[in-house]
Amino acid sequence: MQLREIAHGRAGDKGDIVTLSVIARRLEDFPLLERQVTAERVAAHFAAITGGAVRRFVLPDLGALNFVLQRRQGESVTRSLALDAHGKCLSSVLLTLEIEGAVRGERD
Amino acid sequence: MKSIRIGAGAGFSGDRIEPAVELAQQGELGWLVFECLAERTIALAQKARLQDAEAGFDPLLEERMEAVLAVCSARRIRIVSNMGAANPLAAARKTCEIARRLGIRGLRVAAVAGDDVLRLIKETLPRASGGELAQTDPGRLVSANAYLGAEAMLGALDAGADVVLTGRVADPSMFVAILAHEFGWTITDWERLGRATVVGHLLECAGQLTGGYFADPGWDEVPNLAHLGFPIAEVGEDGAAVLSKVEGSGGLINAATCKQQLLYEVQDPAAYVTPDVVADFSQVRFEQIVADRVRVSGGGGRARPESLKVSIGVRDGFIGEGQISYAGAGALGRARLAEAILRERLQEHSLRDLRFDLIGVNSVTAGIVPDGMREPAEVRLRAVGRADARKAAARIAREVEALYTNGPAGGGGVSQCVRETIGIVSTCIPRSAAASQWTIEVS
Repeated sequence: MQLREIAHGRAGDKGDIVTLSVIARRLEDFPLLERQVTAERVAAHFAAITGGAVRRFVLPDLGALNFVLQRRQGESVTRSLALDAHGKCLSSVLLTLEIEGAVRGERD
Repeated sequence: MKSIRIGAGAGFSGDRIEPAVELAQQGELGWLVFECLAERTIALAQKARLQDAEAGFDPLLEERMEAVLAVCSARRIRIVSNMGAANPLAAARKTCEIARRLGIRGLRVAAVAGDDVLRLIKETLPRASGGELAQTDPGRLVSANAYLGAEAMLGALDAGADVVLTGRVADPSMFVAILAHEFGWTITDWERLGRATVVGHLLECAGQLTGGYFADPGWDEVPNLAHLGFPIAEVGEDGAAVLSKVEGSGGLINAATCKQQLLYEVQDPAAYVTPDVVADFSQVRFEQIVADRVRVSGGGGRARPESLKVSIGVRDGFIGEGQISYAGAGALGRARLAEAILRERLQEHSLRDLRFDLIGVNSVTAGIVPDGMREPAEVRLRAVGRADARKAAARIAREVEALYTNGPAGGGGVSQCVRETIGIVSTCIPRSAAASQWTIEVS
């Protein structure tokens, strides 16, 4: 299934970084997120736009993960030639990740 | 127990005005905050001020003030905003002028200055070592503004200003200043300042807390998004708060909208650095009390940093852009042919960077998601590049337009633009290097 089925999130930006939250729709799905949505996987998913490692922060109380992506050199909100210079669309692009394991019953 | 009701009337410079009027009229507010300053906005404002000494504040200040001043004055709602941008004093004078026009006498409007550190940065630039700033030509600097904290606004608030207009201050600091003023917190009460920063961070983007930027049909439904209401925080002496919005307004507040906004633009949630405090968001809890009412608690904080962040605007040449659509049979193939033609034609025009997008196919997801094999019903080719001279940048748009009679079949709907770009570089200065001052104008 797609990550979207068990999580939602929002993208943010600061200078030359993009931040991406991934928040479990239901707290009981959080371990699945924590296991499968690793910094390495997110880095691989966004390899075309990042210029280095991806940092991941784990927030068990909120049932959320927070990712910090360093953009390529010279790419920042104010200088980028990209149509979406902020990277705001990337949260939904992250939610297309394939997640294995849980079979979703009824949605919230 | 005393609690303070603060409404968020704007989350960015171009934000909608109607929700702020609704808040002022029906929100039973003590305070209304307008956050209107993005990283680049102040550099643009600085350029405007160079042309006209009375310009350089937020372009929508007049419209916003005209919409809310009368009701705020009648209901004794005090206003705090960074709409002063590059010229808080002129913004205060303009606000007084609007107040007089509306028949409001005796309104006290404060201007908070001291964030402009361009001179200091220009002087110290030759000694800067390493980083992007050291490679910057001083002649290209447009602006340099330090992020001031709550302390800069406290004097004006304690003096009883009805409206406080600032230049660059950290967004949550406007909320922190109000709460520190109302509750008499000391500026080293890190725990409370941390909690106030949680509240400020949640509210600073206004509608992004109440269901704006959240809806995803089939998954996350938001009722009546067209009439989105902006948020209200009722904050107690301990810094914990209840988040809500005007009853009957559109949107929604629940734990999910709150979590998205809590983490928005945050790097390490345990160390959210502002001029006031290093706030800890990692233990924050949200608890839905009833529909559209959420209790937030659990934030913390530790001692503020000794230095202040400075955003520096640097002239960075011109960006030229042109777009053209192709549709129907073979749309993608013709768009790709057009791209190849443009690449060849633009080769010799001193462009520093050149980029092509197929909007609807790969403008966001190039290299991330495969282009897909299915032929789109329509596609829009976008050519964009950077040059030192306006004329060279304009050439891109001209070449796209010329595709009408010099390119593949069936191109249509050309749009074009050229804009000067101001890049933002960040640095830090010692706290003591940016001294804030305030003055009060009376209508």
